[in-house]
Amino acid sequence: MSTTRRQPQGLRAAGPAWRCASLLIALGVLAPVLTLAWLALGSGVGHWGPLFAHVLPQAALNTALLLAGVGALVLAIGTGCAWLVTAHDFPGRGVLHWALLLPLAMPTYIVAFAYLDLLHPIGPVQGAIRWVLGFDSPRQFRLPDLRSLPGAVFVLGFVLYPYVYMTARAMFMTQPAHLMEAARMLGESRRGAFFRVALPLARPALAVGLSLALLETLNDIGASEFLGVNTLTVAVYTTWITRSDLAGAAQIACAMLFMVVALVWLERHGRQQQRFGSAQRMRALQPQRLRGAAGWAATAAAALPVLIGFVAPALYLVWESAKRLHQGGGISRGLVASLGNTLALAAGVTVVAVAAGLVVAWAARSQGSRPNRARWQARVATLGYAVPGTVLAIGLLTPALAFDAALATAMGWQGLPLMGAGVVLVVACVIRFLAMPVGGIEAGLARIPPAIEQASRLLGETTAGTLRRVHLPLLRPAMAAGALLVFVDAMKELPATLLLRPANFDTLATWLYAEAARGTYEEGAIAALAIVGAGLLPVVLLARHQPGTPSNPIGAHKT
Amino acid sequence: MSSPLHIEAIQLAYDTPRGLHTVVDGFSLALKAGDIACLFGPSGCGKTTVLRAIAGFEPLRAGTVRLGNVLLSSTQAHLPPEQRRVGMMFQEYALFPHLSAAKNVAFGLRRLDRAAQQSRVAEMLALVGLAEAGERYPHELSGGQQQRIALARALAPSPALLLLDEPFSNLDGGTRERLTTEVRGILKQAGQTAVLVTHNEAEAHAMADRIGVMHGGRITHWLDTAA
Repeated sequence: MSTTRRQPQGLRAAGPAWRCASLLIALGVLAPVLTLAWLALGSGVGHWGPLFAHVLPQAALNTALLLAGVGALVLAIGTGCAWLVTAHDFPGRGVLHWALLLPLAMPTYIVAFAYLDLLHPIGPVQGAIRWVLGFDSPRQFRLPDLRSLPGAVFVLGFVLYPYVYMTARAMFMTQPAHLMEAARMLGESRRGAFFRVALPLARPALAVGLSLALLETLNDIGASEFLGVNTLTVAVYTTWITRSDLAGAAQIACAMLFMVVALVWLERHGRQQQRFGSAQRMRALQPQRLRGAAGWAATAAAALPVLIGFVAPALYLVWESAKRLHQGGGISRGLVASLGNTLALAAGVTVVAVAAGLVVAWAARSQGSRPNRARWQARVATLGYAVPGTVLAIGLLTPALAFDAALATAMGWQGLPLMGAGVVLVVACVIRFLAMPVGGIEAGLARIPPAIEQASRLLGETTAGTLRRVHLPLLRPAMAAGALLVFVDAMKELPATLLLRPANFDTLATWLYAEAARGTYEEGAIAALAIVGAGLLPVVLLARHQPGTPSNPIGAHKT
Repeated sequence: MSSPLHIEAIQLAYDTPRGLHTVVDGFSLALKAGDIACLFGPSGCGKTTVLRAIAGFEPLRAGTVRLGNVLLSSTQAHLPPEQRRVGMMFQEYALFPHLSAAKNVAFGLRRLDRAAQQSRVAEMLALVGLAEAGERYPHELSGGQQQRIALARALAPSPALLLLDEPFSNLDGGTRERLTTEVRGILKQAGQTAVLVTHNEAEAHAMADRIGVMHGGRITHWLDTAA
């Protein structure tokens, strides 16, 4: 009997258009990374010399120290607070349980912006301290300058700890109580049982949270620059913007990619281990009631990160905005224009990202028993979340400029058609945020049994018709959630926007950046308040999905 | 407008990391128009794979599948599922959860105008004894009712062939017995050619005109039926 390995035409005819589109999207996500490698290698060894001598060592050292400091701080705060709210009962625990997520709504550059003013030597905080201590001049007493590496660690740590908090809390909540009890029966104190049983079991979850927080640290440009820490991200930016040295910027960006690969490995490794760690669901840990002073001490300890990471900067922004509006300055035309730009950019990114996410997830969907060969495309297409915005922008610049030049010549236009229209910026944001709609839609598709699609096909619908009449209506909630996350993240985006925006195009984020860079502090607070207000929406969504499932607690936000 | 079904020496196999895994080999079946055949056998004998191949979800490695004088599948040609005029009732019903019972039944009737759709839907709902349930959604129906809606939906476009994949396995004993005779009555009344897959012998006897016992990917022998 002759056996043919070739598949007949008709069966494949259902898929190739989707597969091709999905493949193109995956290649588009890889393009900037491949470009960087090509640029860095292509410019020759001679170019690497001065870079290695002058720029890289200091910036790499700063970045490494920043990552180490932020890592230690987010682990301490995130794990500590997660253990406090899961294993103890104290006044205000119910509120703090979700309030500890609030700093997620604060972009790093906004917190830095707020604290620069709040902690200024003649600002409200230091003034109050001097008043209490009886000094009357900053010369007699002042806190250490925030514009330093420790200052940056402090600011970033207190807004990025929720990544660790979320994963650690989900882990502690699902750890079976009998393990802790066994440790106690073997003579461990409650504290000893935490360090010898609960914490080691939670290690994979902590690795996932830590890697996400550090990827955000690597992505950050505003906070590091405002606080005067010359990190690799800042070096990429200045190398290109002030020295117009694209090859040099690409080389630094390449160096950052190595760090990204290490962090992504840490995350994936953690997720793999996690699967084994939380296999069985049993009676969960009973919280221990803390009474009197101990209870209030716990309240204070768990409230501190919320106060520092969200409440204080948010109140500052509200206060400054109110003051500005009250003084009759009104809102300038420029700020209104940048609000419009921000909304337009976010809307464009959202539409493209959700559409692309739908294509990728649909092409990778499971169709019953047969393994789907397009699955790897979905994995590649979702790698963009790990690439820092500046790195992505530098990687996109070369192909975009070349494409623009060719397009302009071919059509007889002036200037840069795609860059000038903001198309390149939209593409960069889509690459960076694609993981959110893909993840959400994939999860939605996984809940629809393959028989539903087969039923529709046998009732005479084509693949596209099935998607339109059956799956799209069923996927609406998943797509809406994905759209909200992308919209808000695109509103907050700073590093890629700084590098890829068209001339004279300001978003709220770049408006704030420009004011902070000039040190003028006029309408920046209003811009920041609008961004934080939008940023609260997904955090509320996340808080309502309590208690988090351990399988993918960040799913809703990042991956 | 049921058609006779001719399956000739088909071979079905999966690609696995360790090479080709053959599930069905040299399977043949000829069925007159209006006949109900049953493929009977333990799980893993390949009976559901045969059904999926007739529906167009599995490529053939050898052989042919013909419905009337239309070639559905061979190693060279493959008609997409939506063009085969084959209906199917799924084990887990696969009703569209976002559509009412009536809209589910109307799903495959897009080529008819609105009035014709409505009368066909009413006719089908009456046929399965759920004339009043049209506005209800799948989650508001009992298992047996979902089953009947799934049958009405599969029959509505007048398929040339109906496939039934373990259609009663999710129902309790009493409902199952009542429904098997009822469904057979409905199919016979419509003169519907049908292939049923089951591992329940009583169900096979209650439903089918002919019962093919499957083993190792082919029909080893035919059982007599009382019907």
